[in-house]
Amino acid sequence: MSTKSNLKSEQDEDKRDFLIVSTYALAGIGAAAFVWPLIDQMNPAADTLALASTEIDLSSLEEGQAITVKWRGKPVFVRHRTADEIKQAQEVSLEGMRDPQTDSERVTKEKYIVLVGVCTHLGCVPLGQKSGDVKGQYGGWFCPCHGSHYDHSGRIRKGPAPTNLEVPSYKFLSDTVIKIG
Amino acid sequence: MSKPKFKNPVVKWIDYRLPIFTFMDHELNHYPTPKNLNYFWNFGSLAGIALVTMIITGIVLSMNYTPHVDYAFDSVERIMRDVNHGWLIRYIHMNGASFFFIVVFIHIFRGLYYGSYKAPRELLWILGVLILLLMMATAFMGYVLPWGQMSFWGATVITNLFSAIPVVGESIVTWLWGGFSVDNSTLNRFFSLHFVLPFVIVGVVILHLVALHRFGSNNPIGIDVKGTQDTLPFHPYYTIKDLFGLGIFLTLFAAAVFFFPNFMGHPDNYIEANPMVTPAHIVPEWYFLPFYAILRAIPDKLGGVLFMFGSIAVLFILPWLDRSPVRSSQFRPIFKIFFWVLVLDCFLLGYLGAMPAEGIYVILSRIATAYYFFHFLILFPLLPYIEKTKPLPISISQPVLSGSYTAAISAAREKK
Repeated sequence: MSTKSNLKSEQDEDKRDFLIVSTYALAGIGAAAFVWPLIDQMNPAADTLALASTEIDLSSLEEGQAITVKWRGKPVFVRHRTADEIKQAQEVSLEGMRDPQTDSERVTKEKYIVLVGVCTHLGCVPLGQKSGDVKGQYGGWFCPCHGSHYDHSGRIRKGPAPTNLEVPSYKFLSDTVIKIG
Repeated sequence: MSKPKFKNPVVKWIDYRLPIFTFMDHELNHYPTPKNLNYFWNFGSLAGIALVTMIITGIVLSMNYTPHVDYAFDSVERIMRDVNHGWLIRYIHMNGASFFFIVVFIHIFRGLYYGSYKAPRELLWILGVLILLLMMATAFMGYVLPWGQMSFWGATVITNLFSAIPVVGESIVTWLWGGFSVDNSTLNRFFSLHFVLPFVIVGVVILHLVALHRFGSNNPIGIDVKGTQDTLPFHPYYTIKDLFGLGIFLTLFAAAVFFFPNFMGHPDNYIEANPMVTPAHIVPEWYFLPFYAILRAIPDKLGGVLFMFGSIAVLFILPWLDRSPVRSSQFRPIFKIFFWVLVLDCFLLGYLGAMPAEGIYVILSRIATAYYFFHFLILFPLLPYIEKTKPLPISISQPVLSGSYTAAISAAREKK
């Protein structure tokens, strides 16, 4: 009799443990399911995502000139490079570069370099778009915040930035019109 | 301790049911406080008053502010020009942040000098560091709200710190922004958090005070209170001392608000935010400069971020880094010298944070950063093995009565 009742109470305890564990587990899942929308609401909203592409006409952009357009709230640099700049960008040795990439990997048409104008260090807008700007030691762009130097291909050459200036996804709709995004 | 006798029948009636008056009498009136506290012990209550000032002016400002990228800058200008006394309230809030940090920094260095973080006050200290972190987050988000150039670019640079985290960094930054750049969503959430975090600070301050009142204040000679002969009731002795200090503090504060309200700000923040143009020199608010200098001293993005956060993280573990059983620097001749080196080092870092990141400034900020971490991670644990501390007095009363610290020989030391 006593062994039987012990057995029964052991079974009861197992049952109770199972109930406790499964209750905690379900409550945990429920809490996580409730917290997720509260966290995810901070991610970009649908209308923000919808503004994701921009078209630019480059026909009036002369050689040596650059324009800055706004895409996803950030500046995008388009520069019509001179033959000399293209030559420098293509011929420089990749050795010792922090983020080695050839110039041809970074452009669709070598005349036009298209870059997100946001320093990959901490997000400042580098100088170099206007003719009077400081362009840094490598003639491309220079970030005044913490001193990153970029070359004619937007590659990081000196300073704290870890990677090259980002090339956004874009395509040529015609010879002189590009669509970014 | 005897129960306080309240004469007012209403007070009596309430106190019987809700012993709030007994509590206040106990914690603010009789509260036994070491009798040798100097004026560096004023800065805790000053910090509390600064916090209340910030909350009151902040609530009033929020009644006139619009957290939207198209209106934020103009609404702040409207506060300055059109809202009745708006200029005064905003200047108090703006300079109040700086004065709050001045007071808190002095409060922290006082704790470092007199070893206030040592057992049994470790949690008191950790709660204090937590308050500092919350203050930094709140101040940073508050600086974004006027939506000037420094607001925008400060927000961009600081939120981009998180992009240094491997793999998930970019997603975290997008999540923080609620978009692909600092924009309206960012401004909205910063406003919301800037409003609510001060009340979180109040909560942690209450915990800080509970932990403080558990063992009472530390004191300039850093030895424990031995009995009632070592203490004075908080009221009127320290209420009046705190009020005198408050008078001086408010004089300086008012001088800043009325005569040089923009001295600690940056003129570029009176230019509306422009996401297309970065100002030539982005400089954070002065109270972030030492940390900013550490960030820039490390020639690696992730490394810089880790060292910057590490400079606060070492404070959390300080009670266990310092192996010396002696609290007060008055009895630690070598530590005392290094304490002042650390103070100078922090000032140097502050200066370097404001300078452009080039040439000699980079080298100096690396040396200063190296010293900062040397001080906490090597000097604190190892110094007690080298340093010969001076004998501690027997009690707080003794040196006060005999007029000399060294005359008294430490009973505690002889026991060792």
